[in-house]
Amino acid sequence: MKASLTLNKVSNFLGLGLFRTLKDLFANKLEKEDFKNFLRKTIVPLASILLFLGLWNIGAKALYNTEADFKIEKALQNQGQAAADALQVCIASGESSCQPNTLPSPSQVWGSFQSLLRDHNIINADKAAFAEKTAALNKTRIAEGKNAIVYTGRPSFVDQIFRSLRTVFAGFLLALFIAVPLGIFIGLSPTLKSAFNWFIQIFKPVSPVVWYLLVFMIVKTVLIGSADDSSFTISFISVGLCSMWATLVNTAMGVSTVDKDYINVAKVLKLGAFQKIFKVVLPSSLPLIFTGLKITLSVAWMVLIAIELLAQSPGLGLFVWEEFQNGANDSNAKIIVAMFVIGIIGFLLDRLMLMIQNWVSFDKTDAI
Amino acid sequence: MNSLLKKSTYILATAALLFACGGKESKKETTTTEVETSKTKTLDIEKPQLTFGFIKLTDMAPLAIAKEKGFFEDEGLFVSVEAQSNWKNVLDRVIDGQLDGSHMLAGQPIAAGAGFGRQAKLVTPFSMDLNGNGITVSNDVWSKMKPNVPKGADGKPIHPIKAEALKPVITEYKNSGKAFKMGMVFPVSTHNYEIRYWLAAAGIHPGMYTKENVQGQIDAEVLLSVTPPPQMPATLEAGTIYGYCVGEPWNQQAVFKGIGVPVVTNYDIWKNNPEKVFVMTEKFIEDNPNTAIAVTKALIRAGKWLDEPSNRKEAVEILSMSQYVGAPVEVLANSMTGTFEFEKGDKRDMPDFNVFYKYNATYPFYSDGIWFLTQMRRWGQIPDAKPADWYASTIKDIYRPDIWKKAAALLVEEGNIPASDIPTTDGYKTATADFIDGTTYDAKDPLGYINSFKIGNKDKK
Repeated sequence: MKASLTLNKVSNFLGLGLFRTLKDLFANKLEKEDFKNFLRKTIVPLASILLFLGLWNIGAKALYNTEADFKIEKALQNQGQAAADALQVCIASGESSCQPNTLPSPSQVWGSFQSLLRDHNIINADKAAFAEKTAALNKTRIAEGKNAIVYTGRPSFVDQIFRSLRTVFAGFLLALFIAVPLGIFIGLSPTLKSAFNWFIQIFKPVSPVVWYLLVFMIVKTVLIGSADDSSFTISFISVGLCSMWATLVNTAMGVSTVDKDYINVAKVLKLGAFQKIFKVVLPSSLPLIFTGLKITLSVAWMVLIAIELLAQSPGLGLFVWEEFQNGANDSNAKIIVAMFVIGIIGFLLDRLMLMIQNWVSFDKTDAI
Repeated sequence: MNSLLKKSTYILATAALLFACGGKESKKETTTTEVETSKTKTLDIEKPQLTFGFIKLTDMAPLAIAKEKGFFEDEGLFVSVEAQSNWKNVLDRVIDGQLDGSHMLAGQPIAAGAGFGRQAKLVTPFSMDLNGNGITVSNDVWSKMKPNVPKGADGKPIHPIKAEALKPVITEYKNSGKAFKMGMVFPVSTHNYEIRYWLAAAGIHPGMYTKENVQGQIDAEVLLSVTPPPQMPATLEAGTIYGYCVGEPWNQQAVFKGIGVPVVTNYDIWKNNPEKVFVMTEKFIEDNPNTAIAVTKALIRAGKWLDEPSNRKEAVEILSMSQYVGAPVEVLANSMTGTFEFEKGDKRDMPDFNVFYKYNATYPFYSDGIWFLTQMRRWGQIPDAKPADWYASTIKDIYRPDIWKKAAALLVEEGNIPASDIPTTDGYKTATADFIDGTTYDAKDPLGYINSFKIGNKDKK
């Protein structure tokens, strides 16, 4: 019973009816008229996933063959038959030195995913060993009032995911604390609105790269003289500034379109400005604010990759970039792994926001 | 109302919790003590926790080796090494103090002290390697260039290939309305000066810099532009450039991927030329003098380890790890193990392609630094004529053999290197004509050297 409840919760959270229908099927609860529904909610998504993987596999194979043929053809032209035959044997044997470097197949990507997880375990063991090694030294250093020595190895893929999430949440909170109050003020006062309108219109479409450069110029000077790594600060501020516009615009719109009757009631009750905002304006503009916040979070996650890459701030963006630079045999597969991880986390964040929205708002719509 | 406030408090708390979960790191308290087995006498280290930067190139090897073989830890240093995206980024992060030191182009600390680009006081106590670069052209350019290259008895091209073979190809491109574009990694990089030297030796003008125009393309027959090293093969493949000068493994990568053909190495352009240096800020070495010496000690040991031929295979394995260079083992091994592959299948012996220790490679010679100053003046990066003694005095602030000597003396005392590995020198190598065009370079006469070139600025003595 408890398990099925959790399953319900999970499937609700994911927004996939699939699991629930699947469970009903096994519980023999499925009515005949539900069969069509079952087809639509379970079979069709599964079939489309399989179709996607199949097409991907075929496409990857075709690209692989194109590149292999080209290589063999060129060896034949430049070095003669013997070299071409040798290359053909080499490619068929799967030896890494002569493999075509192209779109990896689904199985290669899965293999890379597993190797990244193995790598994570290795790094964890290494961290523990390092902590053991430096324990005595750190004790004396802390006693002397100096900073402890921290792990000097590289972060694992899983560490990178957490670092990226940290940057996104810091940026998101920054956007929240700037955009919501500002949006309320702009929405309440037509004067402020016309004062800020040009500002919003001009800065809204600016690309993440330029935001990063702007923040870099400012933060670099503000933190001048400090030897700490400012890349995290720079990247989370850039993410926040990049993504706050949707919330700002939506909050302003939500606040300015509050039903006039509610405002009149507030006037009749002689509520103060503070009470008016918190008791009348905010609750009735919540749905729009949340729509804005949802867009903000997904934009934040999207621009994060570009910004991490520029700021050299550790995270998934830097991971993708380094793998691109490495150009090793499994680099392409690792990039695709990162792509899926980024996509899935973005999707989960979106559902999380929807859940919070449903929780706090009066209007219980299930819409996306 | 109340419930709304309560709920939003929950949300904030959850968000804060999620945020805090990010930096989860396992910390274990254990009380085991290590027994010191190395013969290294550790100095009184001011700053044991250090972060060094590097660019994904095989010549960052001394950093990777010093870390992986425990030479840094022997000195009581705990070092993280981080890959950086491009040379500009490396320079900025060292100057701004985010990196304690870095693998850098020899030209970078010199330009930072000589008035080109961002100015800062940088010093180098350690020269990381000699040679290690190559010039690669696209398949199309090579197919047009090949008929102009003289061939030996075995039908293979005779090396070194001079840029004369490229000249008709440039004319052909020009006649069909295409400007001939090539890539190098940074305006003050060895690569920029080497590809310019190679082109100019055949009478091809690579373009001048002036005070107002720092693109370096005035009067150019070949347009040189900047691309970060690891992106070179991809840029060549995309057809944005027709050739490039870059460090390893990015020439061999072009051979493996079948997108280009290396035509000449910088060993052929100038035998045993200085390449990368290890750079720290002057402030850092003044605040942490013992740390600077300890770092230099570890790096000298790494260089010595790397030049043991039997160690190269292991070095390649280490470099191929994704946090270092990350390129496949075969690609790295092609140039790191005493060979260099030009056209696919044309693999030649090149025992000195990567030198990390032999020929006093780690010693920061003033004469090596002055060569870069002469090239900066030759191409107009230093816009005004300077007197001969300016060259000597400028380089003395940047190249710091005094730190190298202290480190080396300690290593001799510990028995890690033989005393014969310390050169007796005033910092100037003897004049040499080991260049592709046979011009003699004497660091004590920089102006005479600048004036000996056909193409480039000339100064009155």
